[in-house]
Amino acid sequence: MTDIIIKNLPILVVLCPLMMSLFVVLIPNTFISWIVTLFTTLITFIFSLLLYQEVYQYSSISYALGNWIPPLGIEYVIDKVSIIPIIIITLISFLTTFFASKIMPAEINNSSISKVYSLWLLAIAGLIGLVTTGDAFNLFVFLEISSLASVALVAMGAQKDKQALVAAYNYLILGAVGATFYVIGVGLLYGITGTLNLADLSSRITEINDNRALVAGFGFMIVGIMVKAAVFPLHIWLPRAYAYAPSAVSVLLAATATKASLYILARILFSVFDISDTLITLTLTYVILPLSIIAMFAGTIMAIYEKDIKRLLAHSSIAQIGYITLAFAIGTKASVAAGFIHMFNHALIKGALFMAITSMSFYLNKRMTINTLSGLGRAMPITFSCFVICSLSLAGVPLTAGFISKLYIIKASISAEGVWIALLILASSALSVIYLWKMIEAMWFHEGPKDLVIKENPTVYIALLMITFLNIYFGLDASIVVNSSFEAADQLLGVQK
Amino acid sequence: MISSALGVWNYWVVFLLMMIGLFLVIGRQNFLKKIVGLTIFQTSVFLLYITFGKIKGGTPPILNNINETIYSNPLPHVLILTAIVVGVATTALGLSLVLRINSEYGSIEEEDISAQDLVDYHDQIETSKTVSIKFKK
Repeated sequence: MTDIIIKNLPILVVLCPLMMSLFVVLIPNTFISWIVTLFTTLITFIFSLLLYQEVYQYSSISYALGNWIPPLGIEYVIDKVSIIPIIIITLISFLTTFFASKIMPAEINNSSISKVYSLWLLAIAGLIGLVTTGDAFNLFVFLEISSLASVALVAMGAQKDKQALVAAYNYLILGAVGATFYVIGVGLLYGITGTLNLADLSSRITEINDNRALVAGFGFMIVGIMVKAAVFPLHIWLPRAYAYAPSAVSVLLAATATKASLYILARILFSVFDISDTLITLTLTYVILPLSIIAMFAGTIMAIYEKDIKRLLAHSSIAQIGYITLAFAIGTKASVAAGFIHMFNHALIKGALFMAITSMSFYLNKRMTINTLSGLGRAMPITFSCFVICSLSLAGVPLTAGFISKLYIIKASISAEGVWIALLILASSALSVIYLWKMIEAMWFHEGPKDLVIKENPTVYIALLMITFLNIYFGLDASIVVNSSFEAADQLLGVQK
Repeated sequence: MISSALGVWNYWVVFLLMMIGLFLVIGRQNFLKKIVGLTIFQTSVFLLYITFGKIKGGTPPILNNINETIYSNPLPHVLILTAIVVGVATTALGLSLVLRINSEYGSIEEEDISAQDLVDYHDQIETSKTVSIKFKK
């Protein structure tokens, strides 16, 4: 029995949430549907931990779907690279589902809660599938599963605020255009190479040199994925979608959705195409590097001027995505590893910050803006302390997870490109302190309303405490994250550097 | 030169449709027209794939024991079946969102909607002050 489970882990980790999402929609009771969802995400998380163990035993697992031998059939590949986003997605989805128990009924009608949980699982399944699959077209299907489910989830926010509909609409249109760009790219590459398997594709691409369709296909694929990953000029959908989605959904999407696409970006840049190729080197230095640097500053400055808290955090996400793509763009082993470290840590940090803000708006029952934050620090000591710790982590203060990732990014950039990138990173981090301080100042130093009495509910803050604990834990002992990221970068970039 | 360009006329059709679709998505203010554009854009990609798979004089890929038969590649067509399903789902979701937007805002023009949103946004931020100009219907 356990043998069969171990053998089929790569498909189980996708199928478990996918199948359960069909089941959850049939459950009329809101509490039972929550329990089932929680249980499913827990099982998926356990599966992914088992996979982690397996991957470190065999270095790479290939699973032929329906026993069709790759590259003919669809192949699921789990290696030391893809296990990182899988762990991020399953861990965060478990914590967020745990957190959603009280939050979800406050914002969504009882009659539609089980449907929301069904979409929730579908989005998670899509994201995990995106990461596990080794087939370029299958990847597109999962891309669309996850993005259609997330669009529907964002639109559920319309029960509270009608702007969610427009946010969901923009997300849908831009997401669909991005996915279609990706399909055009895959089509062009298929026309040249005659294969859809990513590993096979990469070996056949090396045999072709100087083909214009190859360059066009690469460009379409990269732009399509960059829309999904919200890399700087293509980020327009992100702030609104995160701001007007139901709060629990914001937490889930902010922590996981862009991470999967960033992983795909890294996979296409480094594994399907070759890092030593001039095409990739040019793309990295002249497209992705400048865009990431602009993203770091543009996101931070937009966040400083923003008054709506959820939008503020979304703008800060754009800056953080900038750090990750910057690390990828430098393109050495150490910097790519740093990118993966920051991917993991940013999921923890942004998840925690969104959770803290969500709990505050849950008690006050209104949207959080800078004005409504006043006095909340004294009224909600537990949530406030978690918020402060995670803010410090975002700014990169020592002893928190954010410090580790900033440290590795800066170290890698100094050794590869010189001091100027490191200075830019430090400047952007210093700017991010402004908006973080603005929120903390409002919470602690501003006088709140006289009748502000809040009794904090353990079911709401336990998940927040857990994720804050992880933030501190990975700041004190980052060896697991750092080691697996370096192993991942080794496997991703091959042996040439 | 011209004959070689005309020889690949099917790619020109794909290219033209692609540009029309993308222009509609970017250039139109009406939410419904954007979805029409998106559908045209996606259809052009379907045509691109189908063109790849077809060979002049090729038959459907069914074994017929004749040695020198040219078979068309069936895989792109199968891929497009999947892509059509995805496209239908996207269009359906988009249209249902447009319906909801119309019932909530009373308009599906981007300008009207962003004007209403701007008022709402400022109302939420400045809870004590009221915004002097109201665009509300």
